[in-house]
Amino acid sequence: MASLSELRQVFFQECEDQLEELTDGLAEIEDLGPGDAPDPETINRMFRAVHSIKGGAASFSLEAITRYAHAFETVLDELRGGQIAVTRDLVTVFYRAADFLADLVASGADDSPVSTADLQTHIDEVMALSATPIAAEAPVPEEDVSEPDCSAEFVPIALDFGVGADGAPDMAPDDYVITFVPEAGLYSNGHEPVQLFHELETLGTLSVTATLDDDIAWDDAGPANMWQMTLRTDQSETAIHEIFEFAKGFARIDIQRVDAVPPPTGPGADSDVEVPETGSSDEGRGAPPSATDTTSVTETPGPEVSTKEVAPVDPQKTRAQKVSKATVRVDLEVVDELINMVGELVITQSVMTQSLTDAGGAEGREMAATLEDFKTLTRKIQEGIMAIRAQSVKPLFQRMGRIVRETAQIAEKDVRFVVEGEETEVDRTVIERLVDPLTHILRNSIDHGLEPGAARRDAGKDPTGTVTLSAAHRSGRVVIEVRDDGGGVDREKVLSSAIRKGLVPDTANLTDAEIDRLLFTPGFSTASAVTNLSGRGVGMDVVNSEIRRLGGRVSILSTKGRGTTISISLPLTLAVLDGMVVDVAGETMVVPISAIVETIRPRPEQIHSIGPRTRMVAVRESMVPVIDIADIFGFTSQRPAARDCVLLLVEDDRGDQYALTVDRIRDQRQLVIKSLEANYGTIPFVAAATILGDGQIALIVDLDEITHQGAAARSATPSTARVPA
Amino acid sequence: MTDDRTDLQPGKSELITFSIGDQDFCMDIMAVREIRGWTGVTMLPHSPPDVMGVMNLRGAVVPIVDLAARLGLERCRDAGRTVIIVANIGEQTVGFLVSAVSDIVSIAPDEVQPMPRMDGLDSDSFVKGIIASQDRTLRVLDIATLSASMIATQVDA
Repeated sequence: MASLSELRQVFFQECEDQLEELTDGLAEIEDLGPGDAPDPETINRMFRAVHSIKGGAASFSLEAITRYAHAFETVLDELRGGQIAVTRDLVTVFYRAADFLADLVASGADDSPVSTADLQTHIDEVMALSATPIAAEAPVPEEDVSEPDCSAEFVPIALDFGVGADGAPDMAPDDYVITFVPEAGLYSNGHEPVQLFHELETLGTLSVTATLDDDIAWDDAGPANMWQMTLRTDQSETAIHEIFEFAKGFARIDIQRVDAVPPPTGPGADSDVEVPETGSSDEGRGAPPSATDTTSVTETPGPEVSTKEVAPVDPQKTRAQKVSKATVRVDLEVVDELINMVGELVITQSVMTQSLTDAGGAEGREMAATLEDFKTLTRKIQEGIMAIRAQSVKPLFQRMGRIVRETAQIAEKDVRFVVEGEETEVDRTVIERLVDPLTHILRNSIDHGLEPGAARRDAGKDPTGTVTLSAAHRSGRVVIEVRDDGGGVDREKVLSSAIRKGLVPDTANLTDAEIDRLLFTPGFSTASAVTNLSGRGVGMDVVNSEIRRLGGRVSILSTKGRGTTISISLPLTLAVLDGMVVDVAGETMVVPISAIVETIRPRPEQIHSIGPRTRMVAVRESMVPVIDIADIFGFTSQRPAARDCVLLLVEDDRGDQYALTVDRIRDQRQLVIKSLEANYGTIPFVAAATILGDGQIALIVDLDEITHQGAAARSATPSTARVPA
Repeated sequence: MTDDRTDLQPGKSELITFSIGDQDFCMDIMAVREIRGWTGVTMLPHSPPDVMGVMNLRGAVVPIVDLAARLGLERCRDAGRTVIIVANIGEQTVGFLVSAVSDIVSIAPDEVQPMPRMDGLDSDSFVKGIIASQDRTLRVLDIATLSASMIATQVDA
């Protein structure tokens, strides 16, 4: 059944969404002040998420996930019912549980085995939160004895909603007898009875009996067998109908409620298909079944008003939510292919424009005008495709949340993890390639950045350290920051270590910023002891090179005693860029338009020299430093004086303004970014290359690098300026 | 250009021969992607002296290395006859500027004499062997070493 593997894939994709939902809820609970009651809807959402995973997992026979999700769900249900309260420990365990569930899902997705002992440990850990963990072992009802593989972990929870111990619970499991007779068309329409049985199992205790006709010959077109099932469940009859919803046209389905029947006959007695119990059937066990009115068997497990609307199984609602954000899942390769093609389209278009302009003449001009429309269209297509690729950083940040928790645990530090701007959208490729660098940075922040609790207390700080991960769009780039409120970079230690390792001469007189920058030098590690987490000597320099490969850059800002901020600035997309094509000393170069604030043709009196090299330009009463691009690249400028130049007023990722001198502005156009690294390597102050309309390659200048280090580069030889980069 | 390999005998490998100045070299033809005439390159700032710049090869940005300079010979960028051999070295595509491409030869491994070790000659590390045939001496270029030196320029740059 080919479609089954597809369905399976869809299930795992949906699991990701559910896990995200779960983590979201956890973050909300975590943020609660002491004494605040959690929003019931939040807990319901979390419950639904875990429940959906359980349901799906059961239908794909993913036993480990099903079992674990069940345990987790059980505790969530108690939380929802108010039997247990939100505590810090609970949140910690829940986070761990969510992580473990994610692990299980991941190992389910690639079919790797899960250690049973491990699973049991985790189940035990979650169940320890339960208000009635002991009840699990105590009064095991007789009918359970015959189902040995589950009784231990599926703890019956007495859903005592505090209505008084002797008040009869509103609900009790009911027994149903279901007859399922497939008719022609069931199989050809892709239904599979076993799947249905698995789903039924999620509702409660199920036993299945298959009855075969005398004629065993299997015929898909006219199946000649039937199944009889007994199901004990606390769910409503609608829930059962729901499961058969799609099979309805192709089978005779008869569902009958049996009032107050004795528990189902032990499995094995007369069933040919023995399915281990995985359901959540045991709620309310131990209380006399209220064998009263069928319709009063509620969908809600308790009388609490707040929970009434959102019963554990409320497929209608879940489905409605799904519909509201209808999405298409597309193979990333297809999108990438489209992006490449649009990129080529943009190049072709500019080649056409160029040759038409070169041809000149009235006709040429007319066609060039038509080409403008073409350009607009191309651009729209491109934007559309870019939007497809854009993704919020939320999943990435959630993944990082896990790294923080694990690291904090190993480092034995209390860490508060704050996330800001997680809705910021970034190109998908960028997101994927940010995982490793961010992991490194966060581990470093916790391991080296934050002081141990005692030291923090001595310094008069909150013993719980805070690590903030934030994302924001800033001047056409994405800036991702990891901020900790630790002790800041220990510059003396860094410098002495760098000198010892021969990274800098011992006579070096470095500024604070330069010392901080040493952290990114290859072969540098400050950790006095190599710890589990970080400090293997690779690390920050790897982060640096990885980010640079993405066209971004890492910078560090540290204040002693106050903390360290490491920020990563990245281009929004890796594929195209709006650029201003300029001439610099006879070479054609491109400056990203996103950073250009304005262009100025300065009057001589606007430019002021300060000292032998530094020049400033007065722009509306503020002085802006002038950087000559030709100097930066070591070109010999043929320009006689500064007054013939054009100044590009740019703003870098730190919000500082600089004026760049160029000889001439040639054009402004959309350019396809071509990597230089693939075939060559990185060039200082060059971000990438592009191909112009005439087929020539032009280099795209790296504005931020120029503005950050340009001053140093002008006063020193380029090679020394490059060392810390 | 490489399709005509009917005369390829087992165990033999095909090498493309070319000249730089007055010396003849050869390299494994399997690494060669194409051969093309000299076109303008875009100069790269702060690049090593033997990197002439980058060229647009059907949408890819390919660095052009003056092989003469890389090997420590006189630069060959004088006559208009210069040719670029575009080669794949590992994951990289690199163009090598040479004086002229001569022909393709089929060589058995035992025809290659290992390069005698001579200290103090840096450029020799790119030459892994010598083929002395009839009237000329072919120096076999070591693609791996060239590739390693490409990586080295990356770190420098």
